[in-house]
Amino acid sequence: MSLTILNVIIAVVIAIGFAALNAAYLVWAERRGAGRIQRRPGPNVNGPLGLLQPLADGIKLMTKQLVIPGGADKALFMVAPVLAMAPAIISFVTIPFSESIVAHSMNIGVLMIFAFASLSGFSILLAGWSSRNKYGMMASVRAVSQNISYEVPMLITVITIVMMTGTMDLKELVAAQSGGIWNWNLIPSLSSPLMPVAFLIFFICSLAETNRAPFDLGEAESELVAGFHTEYGSMGFGLFFMGEYANIVIGASLITILFLGGWGCPLGLFPGVWWFLLKIYMLIFSFIWIRWTFPRTTIYGLLNLSWKILIPISLFNLLLTAGLLKVF
Amino acid sequence: MNPTDASGIIGFFTNDGFAGYADALAGIVFLIMLATTIIGGIIACNAERLVRAVAGLALCFIGVAAIYYYLNSPFVAMMQMLIYVGAVCVTIAFAIMLAAPENNKKQGPPGPLSGPLGLVTAGLVTIGMIGLAVNTKFQAMPTVNMGEVKLIGAGLLTSYSMVFELVSIVLLIAIIGSLVIARHGRSK
Repeated sequence: MSLTILNVIIAVVIAIGFAALNAAYLVWAERRGAGRIQRRPGPNVNGPLGLLQPLADGIKLMTKQLVIPGGADKALFMVAPVLAMAPAIISFVTIPFSESIVAHSMNIGVLMIFAFASLSGFSILLAGWSSRNKYGMMASVRAVSQNISYEVPMLITVITIVMMTGTMDLKELVAAQSGGIWNWNLIPSLSSPLMPVAFLIFFICSLAETNRAPFDLGEAESELVAGFHTEYGSMGFGLFFMGEYANIVIGASLITILFLGGWGCPLGLFPGVWWFLLKIYMLIFSFIWIRWTFPRTTIYGLLNLSWKILIPISLFNLLLTAGLLKVF
Repeated sequence: MNPTDASGIIGFFTNDGFAGYADALAGIVFLIMLATTIIGGIIACNAERLVRAVAGLALCFIGVAAIYYYLNSPFVAMMQMLIYVGAVCVTIAFAIMLAAPENNKKQGPPGPLSGPLGLVTAGLVTIGMIGLAVNTKFQAMPTVNMGEVKLIGAGLLTSYSMVFELVSIVLLIAIIGSLVIARHGRSK
């Protein structure tokens, strides 16, 4: 593949556009979904079905004054929201949406996404610290301890899958699952009978990594005002919001690629980008569904779930798979 | 894309006849990476606030990761990001926030190298480094395996397994050491 500069520029522009569009309209989907689940209409005034609401919100956020609290670390205060959004956009570059639609295919695509995802913890820390607000600070410490502890079972699950398929290339991971639902990593096979459990672990971890309810301890309104972005207004807040939704899209794409056969059809017919989009939006819908259905956990319950349940199970699954791969 | 049918601004970027421009662009990108690394390092050393120093360190690590990527070893670059930025910097920042040290740098008595002696030392080191860089004949090393992960893994577990194990022992000692320090002074 000849990687010319123009290709790179086009790919990056498309990645930014896709991320921004998704971020804007997932907020709308979330609010409409929340409305439906809570038996109220949600935003339905601006445009048909309220579809112009994200545009109105964007204009409102961009025209607001950017207030920096006194005593805050100005430079880091400005950098933190950018650092929340940028890694998410960079990760889009390596996600394959179909056989041919990928900006830059890397043979270590999984690793790259996790490398850039690890930056989001840093941005939360900087945001909480630089805004000089005790709620922000406490929230950021919470959010980061959560991110660190859920990264462990997530990566162990990924190692299990990489061991089974023998590749870290996202395209090859999908190719290994092509041909129908019985080839997907979600379905238990002889060498890895615990795959549905691994899927569940990965799903829970991606909820926690994207700071979604029931694991949104970093922005628990009832205890911490608005968490690490308490002091952020206007587009600073907007960037955190967009970064969160871009991360959700990336999480859903990763689940699709690792477990649900990527762009493959369940019956092995007409593989293509439409299957990929269908799968990620179904996953995102389930994220929204879970957020408005389950109550928020406590920070101790959250950390205990990771260290005492998810990590031992995922380690056991890793050992079991390693052993069975030698046998079969 | 076929380079022959490209024209205009597209041809400027893609046509093989303009390969010189691509080289120049690559040079500029490399300089940006160098500047990022050096600026990050300077911030890390001179920042008044500890958290800013950590942010500078992270910037420095990102610059180094970019240089690894530029040198065609994406695996090392991603590991640099994952371990140094994602783990080391976050852990340091986390520790700073939990311990809440004084915000300002301690102004102790100046050491023996601060002043004219320091300038002389820095000058000598700089001249020595420049001399080394100019006089060394750099040899182009053969491309071994395009940084493929499988070969790196096989190498780590076969020919370099001793080094690999030693590194893990160092990590084990670090963990036990930190536990000992943390337990000290805590009643049961």
